[in-house]
Amino acid sequence: MAKITKANSVGEWFDQRLNTTTFNKVMMTEYWIPKDINFLWAMGVVLAVTFKILVISGIFLLMYYKPDVNLAFDSVNYTIMQEVAYGWLFRHMHGVAASVIFLIIYIHMFTGIYYGSYKKGREMIWISGMLLFMTFSAEGFSGYMLPWGQMSYWAAMVITNLFGGIPVIGDALVVWIRGDFNVADATLTRFFMLHVFLLPLAIMGLIGLHFYTLRIPHVNTQTSEELDFDAEAEKYLSGDKKSAKVIPFWPVFLSKDFAVLSVFLIFYFYLVFFHFNFAMDPVNFDPADNMVTPAHIYPEWYFLWSYEVLRGFFFDIAGIKAFDLGLMAFGVANGIFLVLPFIDRDPDILPAYKRPRFHVWFWLLLIDLIVLTVYGKLPPEGMNSWVGFVAAVGFLLLFIALPFVTKADAKARGAV
Amino acid sequence: MRELKILAVVVAFTLITYWGVEPYAHHEMHPEKPAPDYTFKDLKDVRNGKTGNAEAGKKLIVEGFQCQSCHSVTVDGKKLGNSIESGVMTPDLTSAGLIYNENFLAAFIADPAKAGKVEHKFEDGGAHPMTKFDVNYDGAFTDVDAQAVADIVAFLKSAAPKQMTNKEVFADACQRCHAIKYGDMKGGSMAAFTSDKSVKDYMGKLPPDLSQYIKSRSENYLHEFVNDPQKHLDGTAMPRVGLTQAAEDQVITYMAEVGDSKRAERNELGPKFLIYFLIFAVFAWLWKAKIWRDLH
Repeated sequence: MAKITKANSVGEWFDQRLNTTTFNKVMMTEYWIPKDINFLWAMGVVLAVTFKILVISGIFLLMYYKPDVNLAFDSVNYTIMQEVAYGWLFRHMHGVAASVIFLIIYIHMFTGIYYGSYKKGREMIWISGMLLFMTFSAEGFSGYMLPWGQMSYWAAMVITNLFGGIPVIGDALVVWIRGDFNVADATLTRFFMLHVFLLPLAIMGLIGLHFYTLRIPHVNTQTSEELDFDAEAEKYLSGDKKSAKVIPFWPVFLSKDFAVLSVFLIFYFYLVFFHFNFAMDPVNFDPADNMVTPAHIYPEWYFLWSYEVLRGFFFDIAGIKAFDLGLMAFGVANGIFLVLPFIDRDPDILPAYKRPRFHVWFWLLLIDLIVLTVYGKLPPEGMNSWVGFVAAVGFLLLFIALPFVTKADAKARGAV
Repeated sequence: MRELKILAVVVAFTLITYWGVEPYAHHEMHPEKPAPDYTFKDLKDVRNGKTGNAEAGKKLIVEGFQCQSCHSVTVDGKKLGNSIESGVMTPDLTSAGLIYNENFLAAFIADPAKAGKVEHKFEDGGAHPMTKFDVNYDGAFTDVDAQAVADIVAFLKSAAPKQMTNKEVFADACQRCHAIKYGDMKGGSMAAFTSDKSVKDYMGKLPPDLSQYIKSRSENYLHEFVNDPQKHLDGTAMPRVGLTQAAEDQVITYMAEVGDSKRAERNELGPKFLIYFLIFAVFAWLWKAKIWRDLH
């Protein structure tokens, strides 16, 4: 047992029992981050804060929400939005944060891709991040069902239907997921459970894992310079802060994060109060009605690119049905980012501008994803279908090309 | 400098995506329609330019049965006739002179299906429950009818209240078929006046509850739709009701009062939040600058 003496302060009392001084050093004041970073490195903290906003606003919504097909719509749109004091504020904050968090996730993700922060020891950072993306997607989808509006119902219908395309077990799987032959009360209550319990739990666990994965390989820098963290830390601690290439997480790194965060919060609350329709689709203010199909069914904006990969294959090719082709492409689209570290064949970590072919690939991918996103919402008619098809095929081709592109860069640099 | 360049790239890509999935997509999915026409130009002047005589109109309504047999109306403080369920509950005529456009009102009395743009409902037989006006039962719309219509419209205009609340306009214009339950969630007084079964039989389906229509449709859409339902929903059973622009504004204002009751609170609170975070931002950046000063 540790030696316990009479403590002279509350801090010391805890320190004797919990070793808080060391803990604080490890987690905060001597957790070293490279100095050569830009504001994109703040997205992790922006995400953590946005998630916190979601949890807190979600708890308030949970006090009044009723997961029942006959009560859900009114509990959201009447009780919460009109009766409960500031209920509307919590709903707006929740809905807008749910949408904006995906914008930040995409920025965070593409920062990682651009600077090559997913390989050479950082694979687990990337993989845990992609698992977070997937659980957040499930969280977004399940949450969208809860107001039980027209888009809630029909999006649930379309998406659960997709599982029917899986060979052999498809039909049974759809019923198992829905808990009914149709999207119905059983579907709502189970997605409610997923949304407020299982998925948030998984997300919190994964966030812990994601933070932990950063400890060993450390955070990347703007120029991918490989640092001797121990030597640099010593420099910093000895007072040579100017030439040290690292900074402590607290207060230096976080001071920059808070500055970036403050700008984000202005943007976010502007949306919450004055520009929220993009996150709360008007169609979803019509109560769910299984007899009336909306003229246009589309998912939230952050799912549009993968939805368009699915929809892009609108005609049979070589005897394979369009639906099956789309579903296979959709499966690839949802899994391919997870294996990015292993299909990038360039052994070095470098920012994209130092990898000329990859640089082109990066911007092509971004443009292709935006085209997919925009056309994923438009009605799939005439020219739109063809643009969607080309962009969907383009997406697959880009990933087929990636190993060759990255290898060629490495060769040209003489690295392999 | 480099950070600003990166920020510009991030903002540009975000805005392009936003533009594509919001303004552009909505423009593509909901092509623009011609603006509402509050003069109802498509209807010819059934009064043939005749000037109505309110006294004569009053006589037709008080002493005749053509209106009273199906409509209630309050004349000089006294209620005559009763509203009945004929298709749907028939409207009380007291406010008609205020909330309906007078040309429309005249055209509607002369030929309800035509003015309401619901002739397609009776193509396979059947007739609009309100018969075409024919004061002397001669089977044709003559100059005598035109004068009588002009007189009735003149009377309705003179007898109508000078102003009504938004809720009263909504009740007279919409509530015979539509509920707006959020208007009185506990009391239930904002249910439709016509029973669900009757309105379903007559309209083919239950007309939607309008509680959240201010959110599910844009205000612009509501104006276009109420002014001429066929414009957005070709073949719909909902008749054009011929509201004046002022009455229509009142209806939509009421829908906003009910469906978006916290709008004022939201608009009032928003700037305060933004000012708070602006101040937070100033301190955050000053703190950052202080801490990073020693590092470069």
